[in-house]
Amino acid sequence: MLAFAIRRLFEAAFVMVTVALIAFVVFRFVGDPINQIVGQDTSIEDRLKLREELGLNDPIAVQFGRFLSNALRFDFGVSYQMKQPVTAIIAERFPATLELALAAALFAVALGIPMGVYTGIHRDSWLSKIFLTVSLIGVSLPTFLIGILLIYVFSVWLGLLPSFGRGEVVRIGFWRTGLLTASGLKALIMPAVTLGLFQMTLVTRLVRSEMLEVLRTDYIKFARARGLPERAINFGHALKNTLVPVITVIGLQLGAVIAFAIITETVFQWPGMGLMFIQAVQNADIPVMAAYLMLVAFLFVSINFVVDLIYVRVDPRIRILGRPT
Amino acid sequence: MKDAADSTARPPAAPPTGSAHGPRRSRLAAFLDSDLLHSFLRSNLVILAALVSVAIVGAAILAPVIAPHDPYDLKSLSLLDANTPPVWVQGGDPNYLLGTDDQGRDILSTILYGTRSSLAIGICSVLLASALGLSLGLWAGYVGGRTDAVIMRIADVQLTFPAILTALLIDGVALAILKHHTVEGSKFLILVIAIGLSFWVQYARTVRGVTLVERNKEYVEAARLIGIGPLKIMFQHILPNVLGPVLVIATINLALAIITEATLSFLGVGLPPTEPSLGTMIQVGNKYLFSGSWWMVAFPGFTLALLALAVNLLGDWLRDALNPKLR
Repeated sequence: MLAFAIRRLFEAAFVMVTVALIAFVVFRFVGDPINQIVGQDTSIEDRLKLREELGLNDPIAVQFGRFLSNALRFDFGVSYQMKQPVTAIIAERFPATLELALAAALFAVALGIPMGVYTGIHRDSWLSKIFLTVSLIGVSLPTFLIGILLIYVFSVWLGLLPSFGRGEVVRIGFWRTGLLTASGLKALIMPAVTLGLFQMTLVTRLVRSEMLEVLRTDYIKFARARGLPERAINFGHALKNTLVPVITVIGLQLGAVIAFAIITETVFQWPGMGLMFIQAVQNADIPVMAAYLMLVAFLFVSINFVVDLIYVRVDPRIRILGRPT
Repeated sequence: MKDAADSTARPPAAPPTGSAHGPRRSRLAAFLDSDLLHSFLRSNLVILAALVSVAIVGAAILAPVIAPHDPYDLKSLSLLDANTPPVWVQGGDPNYLLGTDDQGRDILSTILYGTRSSLAIGICSVLLASALGLSLGLWAGYVGGRTDAVIMRIADVQLTFPAILTALLIDGVALAILKHHTVEGSKFLILVIAIGLSFWVQYARTVRGVTLVERNKEYVEAARLIGIGPLKIMFQHILPNVLGPVLVIATINLALAIITEATLSFLGVGLPPTEPSLGTMIQVGNKYLFSGSWWMVAFPGFTLALLALAVNLLGDWLRDALNPKLR
């Protein structure tokens, strides 16, 4: 177990260094950083001085080392566009994205599991067919179209929900939350549904296929033979055994949720990291792009690492297969 | 949905029989060498998906012929015609069947041309991704050893990130590099490369898996013995055995690539609004949603959804039909 964890840790570190290298190369060689910082009328001497001060004349390896050590201290320089430290911008934006992602995940699980259980138990009922058809459409429709559709129905047509922003936020320490005000919660509904819809269909389909498999096993037949009520069989025995893969998939999907938050945040002008990243791409704001890349890579690698470890704990077969030969 | 009612809506191409099953099946199969055709005709949904796909692709190819207006022709545009609703709504103009956008461009014609560029980018990027994945997968699987380890390591790293994020990053970096010198058509190329590079992993993994099995078979051994070079063995002997799965992945990926292109254009980092694609049309239309001009986003959105759904269904069917385990 420990050897496995250490090996995975090395692999994770390797991925992070690779990503850092990409981020560094982009950061250093796409456009001249000096030109981005100073104005048109800065003299050549000043430019050269600044170049020396920023260490842009040092050997590349030294510069990469400095980039890495700065990254480890969460220092990604100053945004070209907003003239603020990138870390400060991210700290401001991060809570919005995290709240959105968690709300979406909650929506996906709270709706996906019951729908999966229902379609698994009642295979041929018309309601199951409706659920599955809806989930097929949900998978095929692009995220931004779903968002626009929701805005049209609930904001333009019915005028029930706000179409952009986070509503009122309350500050708790550095964390600005929208979860404590009515307008904040209202603003969260549509983005969370848009972001969580794909994951919901995924959970539904997964739970359904797992249920179908489990319901065929002998111990379920035995439970029936003992005369246990359907409820106890379905939820106490069957559902419990479907949850391991479901938890894994949800864990791995958290990364995808953060990536797709870029689209959802753009549709709803949600002031999170995704919107920040898109604006950075549009304005070629390289430090922000590099920081976002590193942060997302870190999140993904950590999630994968944790999921791998949980997997090994749960399923002993992997422990043997995963051992270096 | 592949069950029931297959006798009610059989297309005219099929011979008139009571049932598609039973003894008739072998003759039908012999007719066009396939279970493929059989499973195709069995499902009304798949036929519908195929018809829709063919109709959309046909309309896109014929866009210059059938489009009532040319959205690229700036001279014919008039701002006076901007924001015209569809013809059946009050204030509609029979000249513009589905209305016009904020520049006075005919929505119907713009959709036709837009579908054209969306499809072109989708197909080109799928070709790039499959060619890249196929070559790297064959190479990794056939040569093995360190080459294999390096290629698969890169694939693993890339697989950690969702494809849309990879595409966005490549796109963003390319835009940053080309910020100051824009070349005509460079956006098209950037999109194809960005999407192509983010989808190759799946091909490479699948192809490598098949190659690992095939390379130890006798026919490869024989080819090697009579002195055929490794490149020729890879591409002439092993390649035909991996084309089936590659075709399936490519079809499903086509839907994904079209959606990815639309998403990037919608996010404002894809094609510019002057070059219509379904994504840019939706982006422009989205701005006018609150002024009540729903047609600007509804029609391109519907076309995109229909295209993605139809291609997806075709991909699913192809996967099931070509997979003997599921038969």
